[in-house]
Amino acid sequence: MNEIDIPSCANNSACITCNFLPIQNNTGMLLKEEEKAMLNGDMGEPRRWAMEHMIRVGRFFDAEDFVAVSQAHIMADTESLGEAGVEFLEKMAASPRDQRRVRIPMITDPRGIDFCHYKRLKQTDLMANLEQRTIDAFEAMGILMTNTCINYQTIMPPVRGEHLAFGDTGVVIYCNSVLGAYSNFEGGPSALAAGLTGRTPRYALHLDENRRATKRYRIIHQPESLSDWGALGAMVGTRAGSYWEVPVIEGIERQPGSDEMKHMGAAMASFGSIPLFHIVGITPEAPSLEAICDPAMLDTEIIGEQDFESFFARYGGKGDKLDVVVFSAPQLSIIEMQSIADLLDGKKIHKDTALLAVTSPVVAADARRMGITERIESSGALVLEGMCFYQSYAREMGEANGWKRLMSNSAKLVNIIGGYGYQPTLSSMENCVASAIAGEVV
Amino acid sequence: MESFELHCHVGVGPEVSGEALVTDDNFSARYDLDRIKGIFSRPQHKLAGQSYIDKILVFNTAKGGVASAWMLYEMASRKIAPRAILFNSVNPILAQGGALADMALCDRFEEGDVTQLIQTGDRVTVNPELGLVTVERD
Repeated sequence: MNEIDIPSCANNSACITCNFLPIQNNTGMLLKEEEKAMLNGDMGEPRRWAMEHMIRVGRFFDAEDFVAVSQAHIMADTESLGEAGVEFLEKMAASPRDQRRVRIPMITDPRGIDFCHYKRLKQTDLMANLEQRTIDAFEAMGILMTNTCINYQTIMPPVRGEHLAFGDTGVVIYCNSVLGAYSNFEGGPSALAAGLTGRTPRYALHLDENRRATKRYRIIHQPESLSDWGALGAMVGTRAGSYWEVPVIEGIERQPGSDEMKHMGAAMASFGSIPLFHIVGITPEAPSLEAICDPAMLDTEIIGEQDFESFFARYGGKGDKLDVVVFSAPQLSIIEMQSIADLLDGKKIHKDTALLAVTSPVVAADARRMGITERIESSGALVLEGMCFYQSYAREMGEANGWKRLMSNSAKLVNIIGGYGYQPTLSSMENCVASAIAGEVV
Repeated sequence: MESFELHCHVGVGPEVSGEALVTDDNFSARYDLDRIKGIFSRPQHKLAGQSYIDKILVFNTAKGGVASAWMLYEMASRKIAPRAILFNSVNPILAQGGALADMALCDRFEEGDVTQLIQTGDRVTVNPELGLVTVERD
């Protein structure tokens, strides 16, 4: 490998990102021959942009070189993209076919629209149009429209040690922690850059030295429901509080399942921007405490029953009229779908309360085939697929439908949704369903 | 008038100047903002209700999801955006977003806690390429 200077952007009509200043010389990153060719534009403008973008990021984080990645996963809902982001993707998708196609398997995070139900949710044709334009651009680039944030449960779970460029913080923390894969949080632009090049800058969690525990927590109250696991993740995330901290958790007395790890990780990432945790004796990089830290160097913080109670008390609302119950963030597994169907069998939700169960297209197809969707929707609830509530113009949906009091068993969702004008309540799945039937928070 | 320099890691984006809006709270474009109105909208955020348009924002760290990477670009395209964002420590998402949006963004200050070193109302010039922030205070 040779260290090279980075050429100035030509800033001509072929430049996708003509508002970019030319990147400065002396990046300090080592580039292989193919990477130099991509950066020089020899493999087309999209890959040139991708290399330039990743060098900016790599330089920010002192990456010495790039690492090859085997899969990319892109978050790009249209609420985040806006018109500007969609136009950015369309320009890239208009490049010649051999220049615009991604080089590694690349899949999508949930979209903002379920085309079968957007009018019922009072989303607009403008939103649907923006969504369709994005899909057209992604498909032109060879990106698979999986529309899921539970790809580790449904599409292709990564293998331990596999380097990835995954978006969606819940996906990243699960794949790093539970599966032992290597990924940073990749926002949409960086995930796209990784897909176009098959590379990502080697920094943070791609380096073993950054995967050792830096914060230590002992649990003296065992989580039971999925919302308990989410609450635990939220508390650890809040306490650890930074992308650059790695929590290790001791004291968990039983083997958690995939949905429990899913809720815990998603909440930890949401509340603390945490990309990796260890659980001693459970997660693959932590067969023992000594394997991932020097125990004498870390103080232990206790998390007990009172902490759980205080956490749930932050999301009250008991007795309030309930506008909407949302099971989402992350999308529901087929097991969670079955659990909701079991709770709703033979019952009707209150006429003034909506209940939304949001899942991936793969799970939705299974749920339809197995009759689970019909059982849920017979109650008056709605199954949505390929979207996620908070990525779906939640503010506009809330205003159009008159939704204020929102109830969920997802700690991640209640953390996010306050900023969109909702009053969130966190409770168990059972209590959420009972409240939807009663029409008030019980 | 008082003037002093702060030194940080090399950042992303162009050199800009503006008025500082400072908090020791954290930041996510998804969680905390009404991006149409250009204000902090999450009630629990310490800057709730305040405008971020054309400000030099100063936070402790980044939090939350990956959406901010696109959102900074979208906000900048409508010119309802901050001019720069400074952190004690930032996560990859915001750095990636700054890179795409060509928005000045820096972290890791040698002099200590940037949320204490800069005050709301200070006039601040950010040079990401040099890792240099100049502060002027009446």
